[in-house]
Amino acid sequence: MPLWQIILLTMTAFIALLHRDLRVARRELVSFLLRVALNPLMFTFIFGFVMPRMGIIQRGYTDMLLPGILGLSMTLSSMQAVSLPLVIDFGWSKEIEDRLLAPISIAGVGIEKIIVGVVQAIIAGAVVMPLAWLLMRVHLDLSWISAVHFVLVALLSSWLFAAFGMVMGTIVPPQQISLLFTLLLAPMIFFGCAYYPWATLHVIPWFQYAVLVNPLVYANEGFRLALTPGMPHMSMPAIYAALIGFSALFTWLGLRKFEARALD
Amino acid sequence: METVIAVEDLKKTYRPKGRKGVEVKALDGISFEFSRGEFFGLLGPNGAGKTTTIGILTTRVIPSGGAAKIEGVDVARDPVAVKRRIGVVPQVNNLDRSLTAKEILLFHAEYFGVPRHEREQQADDLLKRFELSDRADEKVNGFSGGMVQRLKIARALMHNPAILFLDEPTTGLDPQSRRMMWELLMELNQKGLTILLTTHYMEEADQLCGRAAIIDHGKLLALDSPAQLKRSVPGGYLVELQVRSDVPQPFVSALQSLPGVVDVKTENNRVRVYADHAEGLLASAMRAAADQDVMITDAHVAEPSLENLFLHLTGRSLRE
Repeated sequence: MPLWQIILLTMTAFIALLHRDLRVARRELVSFLLRVALNPLMFTFIFGFVMPRMGIIQRGYTDMLLPGILGLSMTLSSMQAVSLPLVIDFGWSKEIEDRLLAPISIAGVGIEKIIVGVVQAIIAGAVVMPLAWLLMRVHLDLSWISAVHFVLVALLSSWLFAAFGMVMGTIVPPQQISLLFTLLLAPMIFFGCAYYPWATLHVIPWFQYAVLVNPLVYANEGFRLALTPGMPHMSMPAIYAALIGFSALFTWLGLRKFEARALD
Repeated sequence: METVIAVEDLKKTYRPKGRKGVEVKALDGISFEFSRGEFFGLLGPNGAGKTTTIGILTTRVIPSGGAAKIEGVDVARDPVAVKRRIGVVPQVNNLDRSLTAKEILLFHAEYFGVPRHEREQQADDLLKRFELSDRADEKVNGFSGGMVQRLKIARALMHNPAILFLDEPTTGLDPQSRRMMWELLMELNQKGLTILLTTHYMEEADQLCGRAAIIDHGKLLALDSPAQLKRSVPGGYLVELQVRSDVPQPFVSALQSLPGVVDVKTENNRVRVYADHAEGLLASAMRAAADQDVMITDAHVAEPSLENLFLHLTGRSLRE
């Protein structure tokens, strides 16, 4: 078979898999939106709307909060979109085998799952961003360079956490899924510089360096770079290097684990 | 005939994940071939290596040694090309639970690039033929075992594969669904589809398969048509006679001296004659009865079951 035909058939299968996943996601749109939007919006309402009006929190805090809220919503939704179905599929339903029969390599099926995670993250961002902005009225930087940063950071962070979700989804047994949330996700969120810029951590130096192992830090700092460049944020090269590095690492590891789970 | 599947010295060893545990030799060097249009059976008890064999042929399992080729394509080297040629009906229910029955068929065909109009037509045809039309727009959660099985076969046929693989398709089905499944599979084979099926039911292989390979502990024990396999069992044919009175000893001796007879057993007024072949045996037995003035009230000839064959080949019964 000529190469172009193989590529065509592979793309056909890839697009069909994507079509299937988006059809299913669209059917669950309401619960999906509630899942991704409710938590960040309640958080925004209390910390970005109620408490500043009480004077408990300074008004300027919302500028620091908005990029973090957006980063959290996008990264968590792409991670969940990939990891939860995989845990269930490999754990007991074995439904993944239905997709593995498609005429495409196993890595191809894996990359398709990551893309679905990215798409869901973009939808989550598109819902949370305007609502959070309406509640907090943060002054956003609207220059074209910020727009470019915004698109790049959004895509890279979503990809990073979709790939991270694949690693989690392939190594965590279904019985321990709740442990994943308490032991890994909670510290990741609280130590992820979502609610405070990384630079302000200089008051506790050991902590400031310890949180650097957390990939979420770079996603949130990236959104600060893009949305509120006037506020303290990590340097641009450091953000991109870390986002690309972690993405490559988790994509490689996730696809390897995915293949190992898919084959005997 | 054109060879469609060639399996040569196939081996699979499952290594334990941790340091503890033992290696399991699921396949210990099996070889077989079969041609286009055949209905081929892999017969053996649970754990014999059937599912591993089908797993390797359908690219789900990586062989530890040997080679398997489908239409000349090596399954380990080019799994994607193999996937395009095969339809798979696995043992577990791996139907897409997020989709309706019809969507399952449509999306499967879409993965394989079947044009929209064609796949709509094909899905409607298969749903109708497999008696699933009235449940086409339901998700599969409430489907019975027989319906799930039929839908899995319909899905496997959506992209017109060259070979259909079925892993224990009737396990857990009620007798009526099993019979329906058999008719369906025979019809598909008669229309020219090459089929490989695994089963641990002797009568299933007997009913369906043109040739069957008997495997146990990862080794191939015998490969032939079910009829030939049966003939290979010594004393496999049984003639059972019901006698009006008690069975007289001279009659037993006369039966024992008949050609091909291996053993004669009596039990009250019943005689069981075990023989290597059945031709003329019943007539000879009736003649011996007439000579000895023994009144036969009932006679019955039983062919050797593949069950007996298995016992003969392995020394243990099939459902152990």
